[in-house]
Amino acid sequence: MIVEVGHFAVGLAFAVCVLLSVLPMVGAARGNERLMALGGNLSVAQFVLLLGGYLALTYAFVTDDFSVAYVASNSNSLLPTQYKISALWGAHEGSFLLWTLIMGAWVMAVALRSGDLERAFAARTLSILGFIQLGFLAFLLFLSNPFERALPLVPVDGADLNPLLQDFGLIVHPPLLYMGYVGFSVAFAFAISALLSGRMDATWARASRPWTNLAWAFLTAGIALGSWWAYYELGWGGWWFWDPVENASFMPWLAGTALIHSLSVSEKRGAFRSWTLLLAIAAFSLSLLGAFIVRSGILTSVHAFAVDPERGVYILAWLGVSVGGALTLYGMRAHTIAARIRYDWLSRETFLLVNNLLLVVSLAVVFYGTLYPVAYEALTGGEKTSVGPPFFNFAFVPLMLILALFLGAAPFVRWKKTQASSLVSKLWPIALAAVALGVILPLVLLSELSIGVVLAISLGLWIVLSHSLDLWRRRRSLTASYWGMWVAHIGFAISMVGIGVTSGFSIEKDVRMVAGQTLTVADRQILFNGVSEVSGPNYVAQRGSFVITEGSNDYALYPEKRRYLARGSVMTEAAIEPGLMRDLYLSLGEPLAGDSWAVRVHIKPLVRWVWLGALLMALGGGWALLDRRYKRLRVRSSAAATA
Amino acid sequence: MNEPTTAPNSATKGGLARFVPLALFAGFAVIGVVGLFVLGDRHELPSALLNKSFPEFSAPLLMDESSVMSREDLIGEPLLVNVWATWCPTCKAEHAELLRITQDYGVPIVGLNYKDDPRAARAFLARYGNPFRYNLVDADGQIGVDLGVYGAPETFLLDANGTIVYKRVGDVNPRIWRDELAPALKALGVELQANTGAG
Repeated sequence: MIVEVGHFAVGLAFAVCVLLSVLPMVGAARGNERLMALGGNLSVAQFVLLLGGYLALTYAFVTDDFSVAYVASNSNSLLPTQYKISALWGAHEGSFLLWTLIMGAWVMAVALRSGDLERAFAARTLSILGFIQLGFLAFLLFLSNPFERALPLVPVDGADLNPLLQDFGLIVHPPLLYMGYVGFSVAFAFAISALLSGRMDATWARASRPWTNLAWAFLTAGIALGSWWAYYELGWGGWWFWDPVENASFMPWLAGTALIHSLSVSEKRGAFRSWTLLLAIAAFSLSLLGAFIVRSGILTSVHAFAVDPERGVYILAWLGVSVGGALTLYGMRAHTIAARIRYDWLSRETFLLVNNLLLVVSLAVVFYGTLYPVAYEALTGGEKTSVGPPFFNFAFVPLMLILALFLGAAPFVRWKKTQASSLVSKLWPIALAAVALGVILPLVLLSELSIGVVLAISLGLWIVLSHSLDLWRRRRSLTASYWGMWVAHIGFAISMVGIGVTSGFSIEKDVRMVAGQTLTVADRQILFNGVSEVSGPNYVAQRGSFVITEGSNDYALYPEKRRYLARGSVMTEAAIEPGLMRDLYLSLGEPLAGDSWAVRVHIKPLVRWVWLGALLMALGGGWALLDRRYKRLRVRSSAAATA
Repeated sequence: MNEPTTAPNSATKGGLARFVPLALFAGFAVIGVVGLFVLGDRHELPSALLNKSFPEFSAPLLMDESSVMSREDLIGEPLLVNVWATWCPTCKAEHAELLRITQDYGVPIVGLNYKDDPRAARAFLARYGNPFRYNLVDADGQIGVDLGVYGAPETFLLDANGTIVYKRVGDVNPRIWRDELAPALKALGVELQANTGAG
């Protein structure tokens, strides 16, 4: 019964979104205040209804209601309760319900914070968001409904949650990612609203900035968590695989990163406005494309996430309507932007332009590498090809290194015009120090050297040193948005150093070990004490016992091979001794003849820095929201709400 | 050197350049549509074995591993061969539909238990009900290779001569039954009278 109520609530939310996508828009066109004001109430209503639907399905999961087909195929009575709750987004239908709930939350948030915006602009924005939400809800209700009952044949027990997903990382990864994906819809809606009204001035850029920053921060954290999860859960020791699903989240991230920077130029200087509008459309379109890639199964096998090609057709049609419509509108209106903003070739504008060009080219690289196999298959009539990590690394890494080079100089470049001679005189000592330390540090700390590592460390230091000097120079007038920028840039440097060092200096050994044997890897003794059987709540496992001696330190590691009972699937649970300077990573492979086991030992220096840097970037994105400019907006809008 | 510059996008100057993003998008959309339908076709009619005989095999029965069946045992009447395994979640999802098909319409289904643990498979059928007339054991997946199986579940429709006339990759659901399987069975002359008493 509760499930049916939830289902009904989602149906009502659909109806509310029909109204939301029409009424405020009509109100804005006719100057009807009452219709425009409806936008706020409708936005709150659709969220409350969706929350009801979401809680109803959660209730079905927690109470093991296996008459709901989706619960039966993704949960099990033995599953621990926290996983029952998160199993809701363990597969396609439920994760899409979460997607719409998060979209609902964004729509409501925009409605509640729109008091400071011009009425018609806010009304149009809410209508566009309502229209997007309508598209999502139609997909949910008609093509991937998680509320359907499997009557009359109710299974006694559920098929269990995919064991890969029974993990903390996977509990938080999808919601964060969706927050980011869906969050870009706000910048998109602002952009369309601006194009519709023909007022493409700095107002929409200023309104978009905090929302874009927030969405970007969530997306960054989501991608970082996904990468961390792949590292400890997949048992391969890698942290980024350039697979289509990862790329699907990385493309909107690259577009979003470009957008954040371009928005700052549009707001502060009024330049790049047309380009910024296009990026806002692109970031959200790529989020939709990501959804298309993951859900249509077009890039993976026929047994991917969604078995029905109907879903793919729907998403494609939806992309056609929303993206095609947005780009058509852009084509019709963009020329009315009369921008004659002057700036010198050596200026912050130029630097941000270079930033945008590099990010967009990187995006094109990822886009090409991800979609080329599909295009190839479509055009040759079924022949397969693949684009591997070497392509991505070859094209992507140099672009990021150039980006880092410009980023290091960026703090000393002013808006409009900077004197080349004064810039050089400020920068050369930093460059010298960065390169010198880039050679010395790996020699002293790691007693190894390679070109890639020296480049990564030097460029990382180049950014950190120049930004630190700038911070010192400005220490008396620091704003939250400056801090946000500063922290995010330092995060970028830390990630880059982590990627460079762990790619260059990781040690990976696949060995065969028998109980009692000791292996020496890079001055560490690894003693294998054999394998024992243990059992968990819904699995049985073979647990290897290892003692590692590292200098004067001893510690034990227990990698496992788990067999999950309901699905019979086998999972590798790597054991990791984490450290800021290095991770020791052990995973248990197959049992071999004569009581021996295949064991995988990795020593990965600075691998944590990859995620630490990404989290700093996300933190920076969030920090910028605390800026006084936005707080003033908020105070004013809450005053308007109480008035 | 100090040449002033304007916004980076030529779109601002009017002309057709501002429609370039739309044209790019349209190009990708066309590729997407083609890709979807190429893959969609592969999805529906993928087997090289379509309209060919079911391959020769020799396999023990799940419930009685001492009996061995072969291709000849599949000849005589139209029947479905369903490739399944207990490790395959989609197989579990389609299980109810298979039960409904045998119970309501009396269509014989032969199971091919694919790369599975026979004990788990027997326990599964005891627990959730058995829609299969009998089950062939394909522990090493050899029959699956001969059949061109992508993965489980897959369902083949054989006519009375043991020729594959239809193949479904992915789950059999009420929609597939209504739109594809039932018409294909009818085309083979099978009468599908729903046993209204069953349930």
